[in-house]
Amino acid sequence: MKIHEYQSKDLLSQFEIPVPKGSVAEDADQAARIAQEIGGDRWVIKAQVHAGGRGKGGGVRVAETVDHVSREAAGILGMNLVAPQTGPQGKLVRKVLVEQGLSVAQEFYVGITVDRSSQCPVVIASAEGGMGIEELAATAPERIVREWVDVGLGFQAYQGRNLAFGLGVGPNLIRPFAGVFAKLYKLFSRMDCMLVEINPLVVTQDEQVLALDAKIELDNSAMYRHKDLAGLADMGEKDPLEVTAAEHRLNYIRLDGDIGIMVNGAGLAMATMDLIKQAGASPANFLDVGGGATAEMVTKGLEIILGDKHVRGILINIFGGILRCDVLAKGVVEAAANVDIGVPVVVRLDGTNVAEGRKILAAADLEFIVAESMLDAAEKVNGIVR
Amino acid sequence: MSILIDKDTRLVVQGVTGKEGSFHARQCVAYGTRVVAGVTPGKKGQHVDDIPVFNTIKEAVDASGANASLIFVPSAFAADAILESAAAGLELVICITEGIPVQDMMKVVAFLRNRPCRLIGPNCPGVISPGRSKAGIMPGQIHIEGKIGVVSRSGTLTYEVVHQLTQSGLGQSTCVGIGGDPIIGSSFVDLLKLFDEDPDTNGVVLIGEIGGNDEEAAAEYIKTHFSKPVVGFVAGLTAPPGKRMGHAGAIISGGGGTAKDKIAAMRRGGIHVVEHLGKLGEEAREVFLQ
Repeated sequence: MKIHEYQSKDLLSQFEIPVPKGSVAEDADQAARIAQEIGGDRWVIKAQVHAGGRGKGGGVRVAETVDHVSREAAGILGMNLVAPQTGPQGKLVRKVLVEQGLSVAQEFYVGITVDRSSQCPVVIASAEGGMGIEELAATAPERIVREWVDVGLGFQAYQGRNLAFGLGVGPNLIRPFAGVFAKLYKLFSRMDCMLVEINPLVVTQDEQVLALDAKIELDNSAMYRHKDLAGLADMGEKDPLEVTAAEHRLNYIRLDGDIGIMVNGAGLAMATMDLIKQAGASPANFLDVGGGATAEMVTKGLEIILGDKHVRGILINIFGGILRCDVLAKGVVEAAANVDIGVPVVVRLDGTNVAEGRKILAAADLEFIVAESMLDAAEKVNGIVR
Repeated sequence: MSILIDKDTRLVVQGVTGKEGSFHARQCVAYGTRVVAGVTPGKKGQHVDDIPVFNTIKEAVDASGANASLIFVPSAFAADAILESAAAGLELVICITEGIPVQDMMKVVAFLRNRPCRLIGPNCPGVISPGRSKAGIMPGQIHIEGKIGVVSRSGTLTYEVVHQLTQSGLGQSTCVGIGGDPIIGSSFVDLLKLFDEDPDTNGVVLIGEIGGNDEEAAAEYIKTHFSKPVVGFVAGLTAPPGKRMGHAGAIISGGGGTAKDKIAAMRRGGIHVVEHLGKLGEEAREVFLQ
């Protein structure tokens, strides 16, 4: 689960990592009031959307009077921000973060993530702040320092020193940097994060160390023990069809193609998306109805797929295991009777009780295109788009 | 022969009195698995059909001689269930549960690192040695006995593949779902080592998906150490970056973990990669029977 920069900075503050003075605003007047409260003569106004590279799309601006803050906030709020990570369709900006402007002397990258190969957290830092870590790893791997953490012991003081000295910071900064690493690890482990990133961590002209930008991703599976964090999810950031699907416990991800798919199981759903591509079409979504799909879930799934107006055909691909094909076929027939489909539907069933399942589909007073195998399904999908 | 489980495996089911646990424990029994005990804390003395229920794994092991466990405990308690089995000395723990927090799983694998306990999963369909034993949730009837090992990060996709193998006349020695989470107990390489040592496995089908680099590690291992033919498939060529595709571990992040890269690495490792899932059975036949 992704959260906004301002929410991430609230968490950093809770763990005593310094962040610039600032607050979030939903309109220009509020932005001006915040600037006044912060004081000073320079402010930064930052669009709050779940995407990196906001500055490149005009989502980060600097102002030098309170009036100017108000104007820039008005300019950003309500804009459709197109940035490197928003995709070409952009994202609507509903909130801005107004912060004190700082005189930055140095920038660093600091992050903690789960190293899947080593199966433990890894703390990563680099003196090349501001740059993305992937870009850094590709262009200047020797500028990255890392410490792997034993989850039983937790992050150790020597590891903080290793990282700080490894970055080559001055003697006065070793202690504050080591402190930031230790606190960040505490946040990462206690708050069940998948990723915490401070990019950049800055040193100001007067040698203060602060998190200028922050990105946190929380573990969805652990939200049951962080009820307060679960509330940080911004539904406005999500596709409305994805929100509806989640309410019905359906795993739906909207894509930009025109053939909708409904599959039982995530791996088979991905493979079915690939099959659509091989059939000369493009998948409109990922939809996993799970191992225990009911007629109700199939109905809801069809409605969600059809909620995307680009869809001009549907492939239902079910491998019956414990869940038998005949039960599923009845579910599909029932669902189809309840939903005004209006586009061709290819149904491919295989596995347990497949013969009975196909009979039920064939006997139904509905125009399903029944496919016998994955290959046959691909051909029949191709027939729709041709 | 087979790997991990066979006719002598004595299974204890954790969470045996729950809806999923009792259903699948019965299915395993119906397949012929020796399910010798179940555990649900506080329900000692109850039975699920003929399966006696105990309060703790230790009690269950002492009373029944169980040597492997199968876990259906809800996600908030599943990490603890794995630890309980490992601490009781079980050699094999298979965890079906989906949605265990990553921080918990990192602690679990750290605990298991120096113990003689192999964990399969979590978030997996389990293990089946066709005709001998089933410790999982896969439909038994699509499998037939044979000489091909199957190892996969997925559930129903594995059933699809196994079904095609069966229809192509290729029986299976053991099929293992290693799980769709970012932190899992056993990797592709761990299973490949076992298949390599199994005299009755003649070849392996490896089914990967986007995210992480377990497929790349497997390809490297196969290139240098593995003596048997391998057929591979990777799901997610059309998956967009930055989105978790159902499985918690199926995500392309920072440009890494794409299906394209994995397929290229697998080909370099000498794996016969099938691009069209519909042709897997056919192509596997050509590779394994040539």
